[in-house]
Amino acid sequence: MQSRLKLSRRVFLQTAMAAAAASGLACGRNGTPWRFLTIEEARALAAISDQIIPPDQDPGASWAGVVNFIDRQLCGPYKSLQATYRRGLAAVDQSSRGLYGKLFADLSSEQQMILLRQLEQGKAPGAIWKQASSSEFFGYVVDHTMQGFYGDPRHGGNREGVSWKMLGLPYPPIRGRQQNISPKKNA
Amino acid sequence: MALKHVNAVVVGSGAGGGIVAKELSEAGLSVVLLERGKWFTSFDDRKDDLRNQRTSVLGPSFGPDERNPRVYADSSGSEHVVPSNHWAYSNNAACVGGGTLSYGAMAWRFMEQDFRLRSSYGAVEGSTLDDWPISYADLEPFYEKAEWEIGVSGDDSGNVFRAPRRRPLPMPPLSPNRSFQMLKPAAERLGLHPFHIPMLRNSVPYNGRGGCMRCRWCVGYACEVSAKCGTQNTVIPRAIETGNCELRAECIAKEVITNERGRVTGVAYFDAQGRLQEQTADLVVVSCSAVESPRLLLNSKSRMFPNGLGNRYDWVGRNLQGHSYTGASGLFEQEIYDDLGPGASIAICDFNHGNPGFVAGGLLANEFLRSPYQVASAAAEVGIPRWGSAHKDFMRRYFKRNMTVMGPMQEMPVFESRVQVDPKVKDAWGIPVARISGRHHPNDLLGTEFMAGKAEAWLKEAGASKTFRLHWTFLDIPSGGQHQAGTCRMGNDPNTSVVDKYCRVHDMDNLYVIDGSVHVNNGGFNPVLTIMAIAYHASDNLVKTWKGTHGRG
Repeated sequence: MQSRLKLSRRVFLQTAMAAAAASGLACGRNGTPWRFLTIEEARALAAISDQIIPPDQDPGASWAGVVNFIDRQLCGPYKSLQATYRRGLAAVDQSSRGLYGKLFADLSSEQQMILLRQLEQGKAPGAIWKQASSSEFFGYVVDHTMQGFYGDPRHGGNREGVSWKMLGLPYPPIRGRQQNISPKKNA
Repeated sequence: MALKHVNAVVVGSGAGGGIVAKELSEAGLSVVLLERGKWFTSFDDRKDDLRNQRTSVLGPSFGPDERNPRVYADSSGSEHVVPSNHWAYSNNAACVGGGTLSYGAMAWRFMEQDFRLRSSYGAVEGSTLDDWPISYADLEPFYEKAEWEIGVSGDDSGNVFRAPRRRPLPMPPLSPNRSFQMLKPAAERLGLHPFHIPMLRNSVPYNGRGGCMRCRWCVGYACEVSAKCGTQNTVIPRAIETGNCELRAECIAKEVITNERGRVTGVAYFDAQGRLQEQTADLVVVSCSAVESPRLLLNSKSRMFPNGLGNRYDWVGRNLQGHSYTGASGLFEQEIYDDLGPGASIAICDFNHGNPGFVAGGLLANEFLRSPYQVASAAAEVGIPRWGSAHKDFMRRYFKRNMTVMGPMQEMPVFESRVQVDPKVKDAWGIPVARISGRHHPNDLLGTEFMAGKAEAWLKEAGASKTFRLHWTFLDIPSGGQHQAGTCRMGNDPNTSVVDKYCRVHDMDNLYVIDGSVHVNNGGFNPVLTIMAIAYHASDNLVKTWKGTHGRG
């Protein structure tokens, strides 16, 4: 029995160590308000996400906390994408500097849109994209922005349920309000 | 410390295992029910639209977790170690109740032809298609038992294609939602035969639990008011109440143990504290679903069974199949979304059989309520840019004005689509993991194209201003998914099947596989009620032939 206990502890430690190794880069304590992102990365990500879901008569992605959502998931379920984001956000700024001599967040909306279309098609300029697919990175950011904007507020995005209100879904949700509908009323 | 010998160990507490445990313990057998996951209550399930069993981008809510990866070998031969929320993983929930805790709960009986596809359509090239060793008539009383014991609401009297039934469903359908009201007259104008989907869900108080409160968190979630009927809130509590059944959760089966005479003597498993235990029993029932059941049999190697149990002719793990989902989405100019769950309410079985140019077919039904993120991420399927102002405008305009009609196309079993155990990768307990590989049969693509067209026509007739066919089937990837089936086929010939018609493994007198693995083909229907009926059918035989304890083998 003793040896079995040891075995299970070893298995546990291996699992724990694998998890720690997978986390790779540090989370928290980086001197910013963010868990993983740097100030510059967060600025670029906010600008990208606001092109993906732009503010208009309803708030856009960054107001809704999409950067906070992604930052939080990069220290949780999306840990394995930390390097992808670090490299990708740096590459977006590098492409932007090469094209316009400015950081992505400082471009005009039209310039940002042009660059993001290039990213989406895998045609973004810059040597840095030789090592990573820009369309794959952009695909992640689009998907994660949708999750942060339209998903449950408990994960750090969709501030005040803004997207649900925009769509006309009751928020906070009221459960059981339909329960008095009789199942006898069949068509 | 040796555990007390019992009559039966059932591995897995899903649709199959939960029923077997109840039937055996009610007949007086002592039963240990092993389950790898936890026993969740409705309070453990947060209504999280990014973390559930339907949308698991932030992980599945009911497991399995990262301790149990699988290997997916793609058509180029590359191998990928995949987590449980990867499409190729073929995830089914790991918890007490298995998939029945969080399923959509459609309660379909297969049709008579589904049990004799080979006779109906002839041999299909490139497929191991065969007839079942049992007929619809054999299963009919057990379908009925499942409907009444677990609890089904609905009304299939409008389904002129249904197989004969002796008793109606025990509960009336839920009141129709808006999409039902639009789709029903449209189907009738097209000469189709629409009806209320049978569902394992209380529409009225039944079996001591209340009726559905029509919330929007249904498929993928545990029901907050326990109105959805799974094995975890029906037969498993009844099994425990007999005093003969002990449920052991968070226990990971390692292997089925056999003795030198080739008889099964019990199950070795890691308990919740990670200790290796050995539970001896007179008989063992494997009910781990169509990926984990063959994995357990293949991992149970011994001198007498060097290729694993039941695997003398290399059929264990073969014929992995699920469903090729197909259908169409429509955009409307009127509001459809009424926030009235579960959403799926109306179906037709006009295209399950007798279609031109391909074998079999499937039902078509309206989709469950979809979350904002689900609609947002499906925009490309309806021709909308994935991002930018156009996407946001689409969400504002069409979130409440879209409808999807879809259904499970019956797949042709392919021998090369299979579950093996991986020679290198092991789970956190050191047990070799499942390795999934294979492809679809070309018939699957023919059928899905045909059915997508029918779905599109139905939506157009219901008033859709734009329609889009869904293209979800690809021939060069394996099947599986939550509707996984077929990997321990039932048959009369031990050379071409794994279990007999009562789910007993050929050549073994006390080992059974009772879950979707035994399906010869998977119907054009969600398979759970058939898994339940087979579990009742097999248990009935087990109890009738039970001759008391065999001792310790």
